[in-house]
Amino acid sequence: MTKREMVCVSCPIGCAVTVELDDNNEVVSVKGNTCPRGDKYARQECTHPERMLTSTVKLEGGKLPVISVKSASPIPKEMLFEAMKEINKVTLKAPVKIGDIVIKDILGTGVDIIATNES
Amino acid sequence: MKYDVAVIGGGVVGALICKELSKYDVKIALVEKCNDVAMGTTKANSAIVHGGFDAMPGTLKAKLNVEGTRIMPSLCGDLNVPYRNNGSLVLAFSDEEVEHIKVLYDRGVKNGVPDLEIISKEKVKELEPNVSDEVKAALLSNSAGIVCPYELTIAAAEVAVTNGVEFIRNCEVKAISEQGGVYELETSTGKIEARYVINAAGNHSDEIAAMIGDDSIELVARKGEYYLLDKSYGSLANHTIFQCPNKMGKGVLVTPTVDGNILIGPSASDENEKDNTDTTPEGLEFVLSKAFKSVPSINIRGAITSFAGVRAHPVTDDFIIGYSDKSDRFINCAGIESPGLSAAPAIARYVESLLIEKLSPEIKKDYAATRKAPVRFRHMNEQQRRELIKKNPAYGRIICRCETITEGEILDAIHAPAGARDVDGVKRRTRAGMGRCQGGFCSSKVVEILAKELGKDMNEITKFGGNSKIIFERTK
Amino acid sequence: MLSYDLAVIGGGPAGMAAALKAREEGIEKIIILERADTLGGILEQCIHTGFGLHYFGEELSGPEYAGRFIKQVYDTDIEVKTDTMVLDISKDNVVTACNNVDGLITIKATAIVLAMGCRERPRGALSIAGSRASGIMTAGTAQKYVNINGYMPGKTVVILGSGDIGLIMARRMTLEGAKVKAVCELMPYSGGLTRNIVQCLEDFGIPLRLSCTVVKTHGKERLEGVTVANVDENLKPIPGTEEYIPCDTLMLSVGLIPENELSKNAGIELDRITNGPSVDEYRETLHKGVFACGNVLQVHDLVDYVTQESQIAGEGAAKYIKGEKKTGEYVKTQGENGVRYIVPQRINRETDKDVKLYFRVGKVFKNVRLSVKCGDEVIMSRNKKKMTPGEMENILIKLDTIKSLPSGSTITVTVEEA
Repeated sequence: MTKREMVCVSCPIGCAVTVELDDNNEVVSVKGNTCPRGDKYARQECTHPERMLTSTVKLEGGKLPVISVKSASPIPKEMLFEAMKEINKVTLKAPVKIGDIVIKDILGTGVDIIATNES
Repeated sequence: MKYDVAVIGGGVVGALICKELSKYDVKIALVEKCNDVAMGTTKANSAIVHGGFDAMPGTLKAKLNVEGTRIMPSLCGDLNVPYRNNGSLVLAFSDEEVEHIKVLYDRGVKNGVPDLEIISKEKVKELEPNVSDEVKAALLSNSAGIVCPYELTIAAAEVAVTNGVEFIRNCEVKAISEQGGVYELETSTGKIEARYVINAAGNHSDEIAAMIGDDSIELVARKGEYYLLDKSYGSLANHTIFQCPNKMGKGVLVTPTVDGNILIGPSASDENEKDNTDTTPEGLEFVLSKAFKSVPSINIRGAITSFAGVRAHPVTDDFIIGYSDKSDRFINCAGIESPGLSAAPAIARYVESLLIEKLSPEIKKDYAATRKAPVRFRHMNEQQRRELIKKNPAYGRIICRCETITEGEILDAIHAPAGARDVDGVKRRTRAGMGRCQGGFCSSKVVEILAKELGKDMNEITKFGGNSKIIFERTK
Repeated sequence: MLSYDLAVIGGGPAGMAAALKAREEGIEKIIILERADTLGGILEQCIHTGFGLHYFGEELSGPEYAGRFIKQVYDTDIEVKTDTMVLDISKDNVVTACNNVDGLITIKATAIVLAMGCRERPRGALSIAGSRASGIMTAGTAQKYVNINGYMPGKTVVILGSGDIGLIMARRMTLEGAKVKAVCELMPYSGGLTRNIVQCLEDFGIPLRLSCTVVKTHGKERLEGVTVANVDENLKPIPGTEEYIPCDTLMLSVGLIPENELSKNAGIELDRITNGPSVDEYRETLHKGVFACGNVLQVHDLVDYVTQESQIAGEGAAKYIKGEKKTGEYVKTQGENGVRYIVPQRINRETDKDVKLYFRVGKVFKNVRLSVKCGDEVIMSRNKKKMTPGEMENILIKLDTIKSLPSGSTITVTVEEA
């Protein structure tokens, strides 16, 4: 049995949440949260934490040398740096529109990297 | 390259010497180890034109200060450099200090300082309502003034270069040898030959002299720290306000600057390291505590920056100017501490006279003694602005919003003779980045403009030359 | 001289929302003057997500959030002048601006909306001792280099100040391959959002050092390191706690200051605490016909609230232009017991809507009661689990309540024990 302390980021209150995990890393209990969102957040954080990834990619023929991109939805936290490597390989050519797919299904996550600006 | 004269050091002294010499038909190099002029003591001092009552009668300091202060207004007029004859006060807070300002008064009279006056507490408060109520009397020096030391230097270098002086940057003199009446300067950028050498190397003038075997110059690096307050505090003082001098110098002053800020400082501490311009908590605290004594309403929340300068204090306590004992073709200008800025115009003329005695050169017919006033959008009225932008649209693009500096002014600064090559160079010439946001908004734009105009990548642009790079490689 | 119903100064989220709202309210001739070369303001360089959760119910990046408003602006005939700097606002609402296409322009506007945003507090205001090496910059400047210009502003980084921009830049620099050694915060708490502390620092193992500051910078040319030290309860460095951290970059995230030079020059009265204009419930300043919204009025935590506030200002400006804005008696607002300020600073008793009071607290509060009083009378109150200086709070005052307030009165927002 292990305990993990975390701060829920679902809302500005920031409850200090304690999660108990068994030996298989399954959540046994969540304490300290004041609402169900805290429970959900804590369980996800302990089992498969995910994060939005934002960065820039190289752009040719545009107004600026780079253009901003993001993951269309959160990706597993541990894949952030690997995903950055993929993003750094890409060169886009202007014109680019908001929402254009830059990398389809990055690293098999099922999540696309999309442009978040236009040029 | 072969020159008649090599001037080592692009501070206010070196630049003004070059300006004076550039009226003659001689080939001159201004050799500077940094990326710009005015990078040493010139950049960080009190920016004061002293009356001239501090130095002992008969010294070079006394003579050249009074003379320099006399010349300064017309020189600044010729160079279109802001100068203000605001006068100075030395405050006396005790009977002992009242006696001391009388001594200063007598000394000033002996030195030939015009318009000195000892004034009562009432008169002091009338002239400077923010001065402490503790004041008993003051010495008023009506001939004193303020000037921007780097603008003076930049303007002098511009005139010099316009008249044919070659400005060689990033050129550190490593060794000097002599062959057949010609000096060979071994520098970081190659060899320079010159018949005459003028050593105006500031804190390093002792080392330069030693390169020809002249070990007579003994300097102490004396650091002074300052605070600069925002323009909204500009009305705190109108005169330059001194306290009674001590053995380390003229003490902490409170003064307006020609740009409308308030400058307080300096501290005075002797350093082992000549180029150590780090500010220290102790130094800044000292400055503040002393300044409070003169003007109790000073508020440190008004500080927009702090800085330190190192002045070359000669152990002899007087300027060392003249031909070296080791050579009649090597002129030292060393130990130029306060009142060096005030004296600089006179030092330049003195060195000019020493040199032409030997060279007897012709005066150029096409010598241009004046500098055209740089465009200052912020000082223009609506009609002038309208016409200016019509003539050149680059003046319609504001780059520095705090100081209202246009792209056109930045382009002018870069393309001027001896123009800016780095972000600080642009800042000193235009004031871009000198306002309350201290370049937070405009510095990246200035980097972009510098890169474009100099044909470089943005990451090759520095803050002040050397390894003072601003950004590294591209992210992608 | 050009003539407009409404001139909006600043084309960031505040200016765009105000202009769009005024248009929606039927105002015809509107012009937006923007100093950058695109609309969008600071959002253009805020490429991280987290914008729009309240307003759009979606997690957008800065450019996406701005993009939605930019599209709306260009879909109308609202006039936009980019690369245009406003130089002056006169007492009779004449705006003088310049750019490199039209030259110097003067605009007579019936109403003006100030939406110039804010700037970062620079190093000088902190008086950190040490060298003047390169590599010391505000977090926002660094953000511009990375996200707009595409350059790394440093490789090993210490960040002073745990405001949101500092936290965001800690993650951004780490993802691009830099090593962020520490984030130092002078106060015993962070000024940033909890979510950013978790996702920008904890995720990457970046230490947040509270009650800690940078006391010295080292390095002659490029920065080589900083000395940090812990501070006591008076925020003074504690001797003996100094630690040298080698780094080539010091980023400052030590506060934002509303950019009110134009307002000051126009003689518009500012609030001593917010450093923004003092306004009524429609965000009209004490200068008739001049409104203010967004970060020029008060530094916001979320852009969603900027949009909402700017719509109020846009609506107010529209009412003013149409001659429908009520004039009459005002009640004043004030904060006490840790409530640092209130925006709006005054409310017209004849107003036509509920009014939300926005404020920030001066320290962290837990399990307290937030009350709004008029004299000794509590006109409303609410329990709060937590309030922090990093977050903007608000409390709604109903129209009926406002109408019932005695003339010449002051309402006070205060924190009490729960």
